[in-house]
Amino acid sequence: MRFMVLVKADKTSETGVFPDGSDKLLAEMGKYNEQLMKVGVLLAAEGLHPTSKGARVKFSGAKRTVIDGPFTEAKELVAGFWLIQVKSKEEAIEWVKRAPNPMPGTESEIEIRQVYEEADFGELVAKVPEVFESERRFREGEDAKRKAAQQKTAKT
Amino acid sequence: MTATDTHRAIDAVWRIESPRLIAGLARIVRDVGLAEELAQDALVTALEQWPESGVPDNPGAWLMTTAKRRAIDHFRRNKRIDRKHQELGYELEARRGGAAADLDAALDDDIGDDLLRLMFTACHPVLSTEARIALTLRLVGGLTTEEIARAYLVSEPTVAQRIVRAKRTLAEARIPFEVPRGAERAARLSSVLEVLYLVFNEGYSATAGEDWMRPALCEDALRLGRILAELAPKEPEVHGLAALMEIQASRSGARIGPSGEPILLLDQNRARWDQLLIHRGLAALERAHELGGARGPYALQAEIAACHARARAPDETDWARIAALYDALAQVAPSPIVELNRGVAVSMASGPQAGLEVVDRLTAEPLLKGYHLLPSVRGDLLAKLGRFDESRAEFERAAALTRNARERELLLARAGAVATVRPRT
Repeated sequence: MRFMVLVKADKTSETGVFPDGSDKLLAEMGKYNEQLMKVGVLLAAEGLHPTSKGARVKFSGAKRTVIDGPFTEAKELVAGFWLIQVKSKEEAIEWVKRAPNPMPGTESEIEIRQVYEEADFGELVAKVPEVFESERRFREGEDAKRKAAQQKTAKT
Repeated sequence: MTATDTHRAIDAVWRIESPRLIAGLARIVRDVGLAEELAQDALVTALEQWPESGVPDNPGAWLMTTAKRRAIDHFRRNKRIDRKHQELGYELEARRGGAAADLDAALDDDIGDDLLRLMFTACHPVLSTEARIALTLRLVGGLTTEEIARAYLVSEPTVAQRIVRAKRTLAEARIPFEVPRGAERAARLSSVLEVLYLVFNEGYSATAGEDWMRPALCEDALRLGRILAELAPKEPEVHGLAALMEIQASRSGARIGPSGEPILLLDQNRARWDQLLIHRGLAALERAHELGGARGPYALQAEIAACHARARAPDETDWARIAALYDALAQVAPSPIVELNRGVAVSMASGPQAGLEVVDRLTAEPLLKGYHLLPSVRGDLLAKLGRFDESRAEFERAAALTRNARERELLLARAGAVATVRPRT
């Protein structure tokens, strides 16, 4: 099973300024990630820049609106994530409990979410085979276009 | 937390802590079987106390302390029997006094080495393959007997017996708890890699039973492979194996159709290949190459898997390169199965006739007698050459040979499909 582990942001992480003691935290996080690697559980671990460097795209019918960060409600934002592979939610929880406090000196929250696996889609896939049929036709179309383009460039 | 919640939490803690616990204890008591018993005793104590007191902040340390206490008791009881045990008992008791914290710290530093010792010991060639697999999954993988039994479709008592006998064999043969060095090391490492890949393959292409794949086993093997890569980072074939497993596992989501039927590699929807695992696999392969291990058997197989992973569509596959890699593999790790795979690659690179010439030379090969993929490949090549009667016969032969229900269905379907392709006169 895979779990996405989300570190919730706060006002400080949103400033993008590493506060005092950050080098200590980075070292501790480094050791923690090393531990996760050593037990074969870590798939990915990344930190995210504050929302001031990000953007949102709003979907309303056919309309798309782009909104630049920063965004408010820091507690609803994500500051970083891990992707881990473990046997159960309890194991994920146990590992997260062992992480250093990502926002030292303050309270912080880390959320654990199970990742959908292909098998989870089983029923759905059986019911809509034409989705994959159209996927396949699309890919074949793209392949044909690409081949034609390649032949063109080969000739020139 | 309810009682069930606590038990699930304890299960999770056990899965995380037990390999390190057993490894650390094995170094102290010099006996893997005894180490596991002591660890199990500590677990029983945890199951008694933690539902009341809650899971401690440092569960690993708690378990180790408890297990060591039991070790001292054990040696006290047995001191008249064995001088060595007596000495060990005294050693433990002495350390328990002032230097407990130091000892724990020292153990922490050594834990990597201890885990490596445990892996080598559990995979010792004196044990049968089944025994090595069961012992490794149990001691290093932290799987329960029930989980192992379910994975291999045998009864729980069978697995329990296997493990008991394995521990006895190790004790009787006085296998030392150590990481092999020198001349022995390569062969012993081979044994470890073999066990891990056997576990992976059982999960990836289940040899028997209803399901074509058992993903949990793949995950277990992958995890153990990654652990080994951290414990023995200078060994190129360790990274080669890790690379092979990551890349093969990347295809798991695409290998099974909506009704549970297997989908062959060339028919898979590549959008469902896990790019993260491919990325990890390629990185591991890079490490193997950097360590000078490009010609190792696992590294070569991983490179073949990487060729597929890099092709965005089947017709972009570099079959010539794959055929060349199989040539190289045939030199370092020759086997009829490698030759069979080489035949497939040659057929893709140079046409079915060329491939059939390679494969036909294998029909008398005794090692492939019961191997369903040989007639399956022949069936495929014969169909491409328009030799439909022979093709159908081969697919039917293949279907009769496989023990996996899903695979059998697929092969019978192919036999049926060939029957309908025949031009009617």
